[in-house]
Amino acid sequence: MSEIVSYQPRGISLHRINAMVLRYWYLLMSSWPRLLELIYWPALQIITWGFLQNYISQASGFFAKAGGTLIGAVILWDILFRGQLGFSISFLEEMWARNLGNLMMSPLKPIEFLLSLMIMSLIRLAIGVIPMTLMALFFFGFNFYAIGLPLIAFFCNLIFTSWSVGVFASGLVLRNGLGAESIVWTLMFAVMPLACIYYPVEVLPVWLQYVAWTLPPTYVFEGMRSLLTDHVFRADLMAWALIINAVLFVASFAVFLALLQSAKRNGSLLGGGE
Amino acid sequence: MQQSGTGQGQAPNQPPVADQGGSAAIDVANLVKLYKTTRAVDDISFRIARGSITGLLGGNGAGKTTTIAMIMGLVLPTSGSVSVLGAKIPEQRYDVLGRMNFESPYVDMPMRLTVRQNLTIFGRLYAVKHLRERIDQLAVDLDLKEFLDRSNGKLSAGQKTRVALAKALINEPDLLLLDEPTASLDPDTADWVRQHLETYRKTHNATILLASHNMLEVERLCDRVIIMKRGKIEDDDSPEAIMARYNRDTLEEVFLDVARGRLREDAP
Repeated sequence: MSEIVSYQPRGISLHRINAMVLRYWYLLMSSWPRLLELIYWPALQIITWGFLQNYISQASGFFAKAGGTLIGAVILWDILFRGQLGFSISFLEEMWARNLGNLMMSPLKPIEFLLSLMIMSLIRLAIGVIPMTLMALFFFGFNFYAIGLPLIAFFCNLIFTSWSVGVFASGLVLRNGLGAESIVWTLMFAVMPLACIYYPVEVLPVWLQYVAWTLPPTYVFEGMRSLLTDHVFRADLMAWALIINAVLFVASFAVFLALLQSAKRNGSLLGGGE
Repeated sequence: MQQSGTGQGQAPNQPPVADQGGSAAIDVANLVKLYKTTRAVDDISFRIARGSITGLLGGNGAGKTTTIAMIMGLVLPTSGSVSVLGAKIPEQRYDVLGRMNFESPYVDMPMRLTVRQNLTIFGRLYAVKHLRERIDQLAVDLDLKEFLDRSNGKLSAGQKTRVALAKALINEPDLLLLDEPTASLDPDTADWVRQHLETYRKTHNATILLASHNMLEVERLCDRVIIMKRGKIEDDDSPEAIMARYNRDTLEEVFLDVARGRLREDAP
């Protein structure tokens, strides 16, 4: 081993994860459009849905009682959606920059790469969602943080789901090249109608309710409605969400590694184009 | 014709062109890569001695890039085996990746990051000690100083190539894999890059495997040349021996003979 290189542990290296986080941080700080984009859409969302919430609260006794369910749902949906985008866009940056070959040839391991993408998803989420929650407080009087400790359970479950979807979508792009990029932007929307973000699960036909209950976000949005309308925290729902998330998380990693192997068989790692 | 790199016809004063013992930097045996029905690499074998510079020559689609990608572990072989610095690829690649590096026209450095930021990231990935000093040293060696804090996207092709080379040398690799290292460079910059590679090999006893279309470059740099055609090894020896066998004065003429299917016996 060359004398200028430090000893490297065989397992996961925090040093390499830090290097990748630094890489994305440099990128974010060098580009104001990227930063603005992180805040722009969440801000538009909260303004639109905030006014809608105000309007229907005046017109409907139920929504007056369940103050904030719409705004709360919008913020939680954004955690789910932006969490996945934060993960996947950092991955796409490597594809757009044609840098994946350099990374794959370096000592960076796939698991370290994925962990750095998760950290970046948290950083990007914080930049986008924290201003959103402050806007909800100042413009519409909805204090998202007043949810208290259950918020931690909601957040953890949603972010795990977003990472699982992000890992899976990134694997598809890795295997199929940038021609599969649209999957990154649209995959989470397939979850949207079944996760029952803005309406209770009972609204769905019975057979579809079974499908909905296989998705961890369904438990979170049901749990949020229970908390905001009935003031009851459903720990059982959070526990189920966590169990399903654990299965999804492991499965998404396995699929990513299988797709990486397939990309190596297919020879697409050095290309990455369409 | 396929050879195992024994260096027939080698001039007496040339460095060893193939490693006969167990300490080869690269050991490729019966390597095959099939893409659906296309045989990109067709049962090739060679060993490359530590401290040597070997050129992989061939036209477009000859299998050079696929061979290098399999040596790096970025493409999985259909059959056959690859060992690099004593480690089986791809199974043990993480044991040796820190001692290797590469440069290829198929990859880029992130465009928005400055040269210094890019080198910092890769230096950290390779766990380079005293990284700041190392980057300063590379900036001097490769003449990067004036644009060290400029974003990579704003550099000329020649400057980008030097930066890519700096990245490839950041960890002082024992094995350097280069795919067309001087493609799209003006003759002056290309010559300058070649000089640097020669110096690096001498000072670090590094092994270099380079794929190239540039015959002059291969003639000047390489101790040994492996000529590939349609996934197979057509010839494998020192440049001088190959030119003598084909009765040609330059490798370019040999390349044309091989590309156009002229046999060595038919050569003038």
